[in-house]
Amino acid sequence: MATTITKVETLVGKRIRRREDPRLITGTATYVEDIQMPGMHYAAVVRSPHAAAKIRSINTQAASEAPGVVAVFTGKDTEKVGPVPCGASLPGLRVPHHHILATQRVYFVGHPVAVVVARDRYLAQDAADLVEVDYDILPAVTEPERALAQGAPAVHPEWPDNTAFNYHQDGGDVDKAFAEAEVVVKQRIISQRLIPTAMETRGVVAEWRAADRQLNIYTSTQIPHLVRTLVAGMLALEENRVRVITPEVGGGFGSKLNVYAEEALMGFVAQQINKPVKWIESRRENFLCTIHGRGHVDYYELAAKRDGAILGIKLKIIQDLGAYHQLLTPAIPTLSVLMMPGIYNTPNVRADIVGVFTNCVPTDAYRGAGRPEATHGIERMVDILADELNLDPAEIRLKNFVPQEKFPYQTATGLTYDSGDYAAPLKKALDIVGYHKLRQEQADLRKQGKWLGVGISTYGEICAIGPSPATPAGGWESATVKIEPSGKVTVMTGACPHGQGEETTFAQIVADELGVSIDDVLVIRGDTAIVQYGIGTFGSRGTAIGGTALYFALQDLKAKIRKFAALFLDSEDVTFSGGEVISNASGKSKSLRELAAASYRAMKLPPNTEPGLVATRFWEPPNFTFPFGAHIVVTEIDGQTGEVKIRRYVAVDDCGNIINPLIVDGQVHGGIAQGLGQALWEQAVYDENGQLLTGELMDYAVPKAHRMPWIESDHTTTPSPVNPLGVKGVGEAGTIGCSPAVVNSVVDALSPLGVRHIDMPLTPEKVWNVMAGRRS
Amino acid sequence: MNVRMTVNGKDYSHEVEPRLLLIHYLREQLALTGPHVGCETSLCGACTIELNGRAVKSCAMFAVQADGAKITTIEGLASDGQLHGMQEAFWNEHALQCGFCTPGMIMTSKQILERNPHPTEEEIREGLSGNICRCTGYQHIVNAVKAAAVAAGK
Repeated sequence: MATTITKVETLVGKRIRRREDPRLITGTATYVEDIQMPGMHYAAVVRSPHAAAKIRSINTQAASEAPGVVAVFTGKDTEKVGPVPCGASLPGLRVPHHHILATQRVYFVGHPVAVVVARDRYLAQDAADLVEVDYDILPAVTEPERALAQGAPAVHPEWPDNTAFNYHQDGGDVDKAFAEAEVVVKQRIISQRLIPTAMETRGVVAEWRAADRQLNIYTSTQIPHLVRTLVAGMLALEENRVRVITPEVGGGFGSKLNVYAEEALMGFVAQQINKPVKWIESRRENFLCTIHGRGHVDYYELAAKRDGAILGIKLKIIQDLGAYHQLLTPAIPTLSVLMMPGIYNTPNVRADIVGVFTNCVPTDAYRGAGRPEATHGIERMVDILADELNLDPAEIRLKNFVPQEKFPYQTATGLTYDSGDYAAPLKKALDIVGYHKLRQEQADLRKQGKWLGVGISTYGEICAIGPSPATPAGGWESATVKIEPSGKVTVMTGACPHGQGEETTFAQIVADELGVSIDDVLVIRGDTAIVQYGIGTFGSRGTAIGGTALYFALQDLKAKIRKFAALFLDSEDVTFSGGEVISNASGKSKSLRELAAASYRAMKLPPNTEPGLVATRFWEPPNFTFPFGAHIVVTEIDGQTGEVKIRRYVAVDDCGNIINPLIVDGQVHGGIAQGLGQALWEQAVYDENGQLLTGELMDYAVPKAHRMPWIESDHTTTPSPVNPLGVKGVGEAGTIGCSPAVVNSVVDALSPLGVRHIDMPLTPEKVWNVMAGRRS
Repeated sequence: MNVRMTVNGKDYSHEVEPRLLLIHYLREQLALTGPHVGCETSLCGACTIELNGRAVKSCAMFAVQADGAKITTIEGLASDGQLHGMQEAFWNEHALQCGFCTPGMIMTSKQILERNPHPTEEEIREGLSGNICRCTGYQHIVNAVKAAAVAAGK
């Protein structure tokens, strides 16, 4: 049948509401805790109340005899289970053996010591309280610089200097840059320990099918396939007999980019009791035992000319690692080193990292993972330099940006920035906020004794993590596209989105490429028995790598469909539109459904062509992508209370091409909320004995609705040449751009008092004290 | 102890331990999956339900305290296959990402408009201040409540 080719509206670039939402807004989505199984038991983990202690003995008798209890296990029982894995490797890295249950010693408050299994959760918890552990309490150290001092308690007795590794990187000629400098500014800058606080805590359900030697693990993770590989190794099971299912995941932010003791522990328990077992982390446990983020003390030196041109950067990072390495712990500060020049044309850098053990829960990837620390540092230093030279902070940035003609740009830290127009978002943001008028208003208000600040941050970041040589476990991503015999399209993505909306954005890509209705597309993720091997969702990689794998799988599939078109129409030269495959030569068409049915029925096949319409691609990215942007924050400081009020928040982000602006807005807002949390309120505080003082939502101040400003979000668009979609990634941008803009704004407000730096979080108490100290 | 309550229009009666939390009764006895446990300390609001017409945090109540109560959870909001206006608004405005806080957020947002059909942005934010969302930065949730208010006024 001949049809007229009509232009069908494309979906990429449209604000489409999400296809995953109906189950979420009706309360019918399945998170780990929603899984029920016949005969399911509950586990409660007994944890150390001490930050450092020897275990003299553990008495489990009373717990074992408590009502409903079927088993109690301690470190002796699980000694043969492999250690919790560290995937990062650095020269000379010291890796403590991380048992899933403590054996001789405990190293942080919350360290798992025993597990109690009972027929319901209340009885399990009752019995957990009956486990008696006799501890020989040892001195603890929780502050990384103290841990490096002579005579500090040794976290691991075999390494009395508490040093896990030293790392050094040089680029260009730093000594020459500093010798030629007309001005050098220095500052110690802290990026405090943060607690990721996903609203769904971690949770595991494990089911052992003994007859099949099959272990099914339901876990709230960002990386189901890696969990399968690594947990199978820990439990000495064949990998293909471990199935990891990731149902709905209630937020991760990096905290679920990991393999945790409890994932293997529940597998072990399920095997021992031969019944399904469920463990759901309490919020208290989540604060104590799920990884924390950041934890830097940074020493910066910036060398420059008097005109503001930056010549070189020196950075020493003291990284608080905590007591162990989790999956990526030691690798995180190396990302800070890569990112240390920011988006400035600075050929000379020197970085040193000291990785320090402390008696705290390990740090690891938290939204931004190393890049927020680096961005905070360089963006603070640029402002300090501007203050030293009496230059405008916008002007000094414009002067130092990598110029457009230099792309692709080789950084002194060994990266190749893909594309950028760094002045564009800054100019746009300055325009939106009315910069010059604000400076005038600020001058007027200062005369009245009022404190108005304008803070700029121009950030760059590393997304689409990452090329395989730069990642511990492969940095590619996979996609399978199947056109079913009925013409419906099923996508299986190895990326495991959990709130990022790829069930929608991937369906948009498919709908455009195949010319089908978005309603005919289903995106499946998060089950290792269904989905081909994949890496996962983190490092703003889902769309840039997973979406690209999908794009190439679609191209393969279209090539095959074209062969069927040549057979059943008259030409391989066809257009995919409106569910039809239309010959460009004759205008004749067949529906995709008809061609799909014919491909499976296989009565007649094109030459050298197999039946069916399925394509799988594993796409290895040739480079990272490098989004950038400018955030400007206007603050008013209450001189009486020290409270920081955000009057305006302008964010101009460039994340390359945008597939769904509604979803991108959501990512920007959420990222900024977490950046603002760090800038103003959040901090994990341990006392000198290693007790976490901010161990509940009462004490750890995540942003709430009435504390958040209105965010004015805008974009510039510089497509990435790294992938055919031209996308860069946006999951972490808000967090990375935010904190220096806020701190720069507050320091700007207080600059008449001679304030040059304040460490986060900028609580009213801290700001008030700074002001009081300067006034007196 | 015996408790009776009406949940989403159905009557239930069970023998429960006095210490059983209402959230666990709803989730485990009645097999509801909408109300979530986010903190066990009434700080996050993921467990918010409607009890006798008031939004309450079901992790901070015992099941026995709800004896005789009429309860609506997120599962009971849609009727005859039609989403409640607040559910529709959350969907349209992209007011959720991971979705874990969403059932509680929607129940609280519904209550905000029941108490004040034309709230200002500040009033919406105050009304949401007992519910934590870690994904959205709240802006799209505020937009959803505004949009639902406009839609309800039509």
